[in-house]
Amino acid sequence: MALDSKIPKGPLADKWTNHKNKINLVNPANKRNIDIIIVGTGLAGGSAAASLAELGYNVKTFCYQDSPRRAHSIAAQGGINAAKNYQGDGDSNYRLFYDTVKGGDYRSREANVYRLAEVSGNIIDQCVAQGVPFAREYGGLLDNRSFGGVLVSRTFYAKGQTGQQLLLGAYSAMNRQINRGKIQAFNRHEMLDLVKVNGKARGIIARNLVTGEIERHSAHAVVLATGGYGNVFYLSTNAMGSNVMAAWRAHRRGAHFANPCYTQIHPTCIPVSGDHQSKLTLMSESLRNDGRIWVPKKKEDAIAIREGKLKPTQLAEEDRDYYLERRYPAFGNLVPRDVASRAAKERCDAGFGVNKTGEAVYLDFAAAIQRYGKEKALTSGIENPSAEKILELGEAIIEAKYGNLFQMYEKIVDENPYKTPMMIYPAVHYTMGGLWVDYNLQTTIPGCYAAGEANFSDHGANRLGASALMQGLADGYFVLPYTIGDYLSDDIRTGKISTETPEFDEAEKHVKDRIQKLMSAKGEHSVDYYHKRLGKIMWNKCGMSRNAKGLQEAIDEISALRKDFWENVNIPGDSAGMNTELEKAGRVADFLELGELFAKDALNRNESCGGHFREESVEQSGEQKGEALRDDENFKYVSAWEYKGEPKDAELHKEELTYENIELKTRSYK
Amino acid sequence: MKLLLKIWRQKNASNKGQMVDYPIDGIEEDMSFLEMLDVLNEGLINKGEEPVVFDHDCREGICGMCSLQINGEPHGPDRKVTTCQLHMRMFKDGDTITIEPFRANAFPVVKDLMVDRSAFDRIQHAGGYISVNTSGNTIDANATPINKGDADNAFNAAACIGCGACVAACKNASAMLFTSAKVSQYALLPQGQVEAAERVQAMVAQMDSEGFGNCTNTGACEIECPKGISLENIARMNREYLSASIKG
Repeated sequence: MALDSKIPKGPLADKWTNHKNKINLVNPANKRNIDIIIVGTGLAGGSAAASLAELGYNVKTFCYQDSPRRAHSIAAQGGINAAKNYQGDGDSNYRLFYDTVKGGDYRSREANVYRLAEVSGNIIDQCVAQGVPFAREYGGLLDNRSFGGVLVSRTFYAKGQTGQQLLLGAYSAMNRQINRGKIQAFNRHEMLDLVKVNGKARGIIARNLVTGEIERHSAHAVVLATGGYGNVFYLSTNAMGSNVMAAWRAHRRGAHFANPCYTQIHPTCIPVSGDHQSKLTLMSESLRNDGRIWVPKKKEDAIAIREGKLKPTQLAEEDRDYYLERRYPAFGNLVPRDVASRAAKERCDAGFGVNKTGEAVYLDFAAAIQRYGKEKALTSGIENPSAEKILELGEAIIEAKYGNLFQMYEKIVDENPYKTPMMIYPAVHYTMGGLWVDYNLQTTIPGCYAAGEANFSDHGANRLGASALMQGLADGYFVLPYTIGDYLSDDIRTGKISTETPEFDEAEKHVKDRIQKLMSAKGEHSVDYYHKRLGKIMWNKCGMSRNAKGLQEAIDEISALRKDFWENVNIPGDSAGMNTELEKAGRVADFLELGELFAKDALNRNESCGGHFREESVEQSGEQKGEALRDDENFKYVSAWEYKGEPKDAELHKEELTYENIELKTRSYK
Repeated sequence: MKLLLKIWRQKNASNKGQMVDYPIDGIEEDMSFLEMLDVLNEGLINKGEEPVVFDHDCREGICGMCSLQINGEPHGPDRKVTTCQLHMRMFKDGDTITIEPFRANAFPVVKDLMVDRSAFDRIQHAGGYISVNTSGNTIDANATPINKGDADNAFNAAACIGCGACVAACKNASAMLFTSAKVSQYALLPQGQVEAAERVQAMVAQMDSEGFGNCTNTGACEIECPKGISLENIARMNREYLSASIKG
């Protein structure tokens, strides 16, 4: 099957408007006869549910949490981009589009990204109308901040809790529709399979996580807004329950999976402290505005620090290696996430890492505290301020800017980051890959849509900060309500979809057999044992730096681990009623398949682009020596994988990417 | 660290529960409280026993999923943190730790330490929104300036994570702090004015019908709230409710 991205013809800036003008609509009376299932209630799913219900469709939402409000969008800290140009600093839809395509290392679709930029301003209008309390200036207008990889201030924020406020906004819009009876919310429910009737997505099989009952739900269309798959690495900044099951079940039913190897590894996370660690905590990218990143220049100093014999504050300025400022003088500590992460790994691998584990670098605010302190003393008219006074004034300013992050760090690490540098290390944060979708956000299964992080379409090989929230809400509020209507206009005479059909029988049997098989293994290892082992393979061989030998090993090792899992996993209890181990087992079983496809995709893509770094593809000479080398001649395409049984047998389909409005360039941050 | 855990075990909503003792060893002080429970559960699973069920998800203090009454306090002895951010360095070697679910009639136990907080959702369904369509065709975001102080206070109220610690801390199991935080967020913003009277009445009526108790004015909720939601919100809700009642 050839991939048709269905990108509308015409000039870039007119595509979305023209498309909206031409697509089919469903009249309000007919919408009442059409059902839509939405799986996942984060920014994409929550906003889609509210908007579609408001239009008149009957919506059912599903989430594994106890309330839609708890989806992991809630944890996004920094902000949301929009090309409002309130600051008058030259921002425009085109500039947001350009920054996003470039930041994604020229591996995203021009038309999708332009549409994202085009609707970005409306997102802010919408959210303010809903009562989202964005940060404001003293004049009462909205405040903006600046994020990595761009030259304008276009990020709207609500302290360090922007994701929470946006999600509560979408949740409030859902609540309005729940109150009207237009949304039925199925919380503590998990989708275990997609049901297809005559080739179209017509429902799902879900498990009620409280009672253990297997339920059939039918609809005229199914939207998957189930987030990313970063937890394939076991340790990530994702929530404990974040998983790939819904997307993977759809993949197994015929939805192509695109670019699984594109993973964002965020440079500023709190390092791993031990084997018991269950989750990694992000320290916002905004800290890199004021923090300087360094490791000791001499190996013996690094060793002494690891052994606790030397403190970082005792190290003289000339014994420190500010390696980002050294390697990238133009961007310094504000290089994009993928570049900063790889540079940290390079230093730690070379033996200069700190922390007991040797896997951490310093993020130091001492210089910023001095700078702010002196400035404040000057503006406050304090003459000849003492060193203590400067420190006091400087720390107060840092606290006002980053207080909640510093407090979070201190709670976790038990060290005062005002007095000693923070320790940070890269961690898996976001996955740019996901279900392949066309311009209408439809997967390769008719009637099955994917939105938000669950699809692949907008961020290419690397996502810029504050763009995930923008994409989730754009998909849900402003794209799906139009494109789904176009598809459903054929369904006005279909009537209610019956769940008493052979297709539902087959899917339910499939789900029950799988649960039975998991429960009957009764082996010797817990689900977490397998998840941790999978995570180690992924981190060591499919992490920040990849090569053909390691990737091939990963494929073989994951395949063997999967076999072992199905024979030896131990799930206590039974499947009737709540069983949290069974829930985890189903998710890990799918990660064990996705992980293998991930490695296969990374092996196929023998180039370095964005978050995907192949050791075989680096610049050999010149100023860029040692930096990532993209290969546009051979890899300027989206890899869309078709399920063929074992992940290793997946079939590759290529969607060629064309750039008509942007010139392809090498990203340079020197 | 070596600890004695006393944990509430309950098979499901209709079964009777009981406290069960679990001695545990090898706990490090860098672990979070939930990672300590992970260690316990790994041990139970390897013995073929069912693990202790508790709610948790983001493990960074924002989703509001985690709960637990630890030594009688919601989210344990530390202040302004959720259970997932509580670290074992707050405890000493040899300690006995009692772990129970949040207790309230309106929060029935689902299993072990997990409770049903859907009453909170229903309070929000009753009026926790502004009736504006999601078309995007609203007025420009900067068309209505909002006083920074009001915007900041609205944000502080909106920072509530809906965990239910306020209810668990209250001897009347009152949900006033939770409900008032949402009422306040909208009451402080111009966008929320149009429906203010209906909102506060509908949300309070739903809160009462869920079986939450009356406010005691003790202030335990504010102290135990992991997000520091202020009691001023309750005062504001009372004012809003009173003025809505007078307007009829």
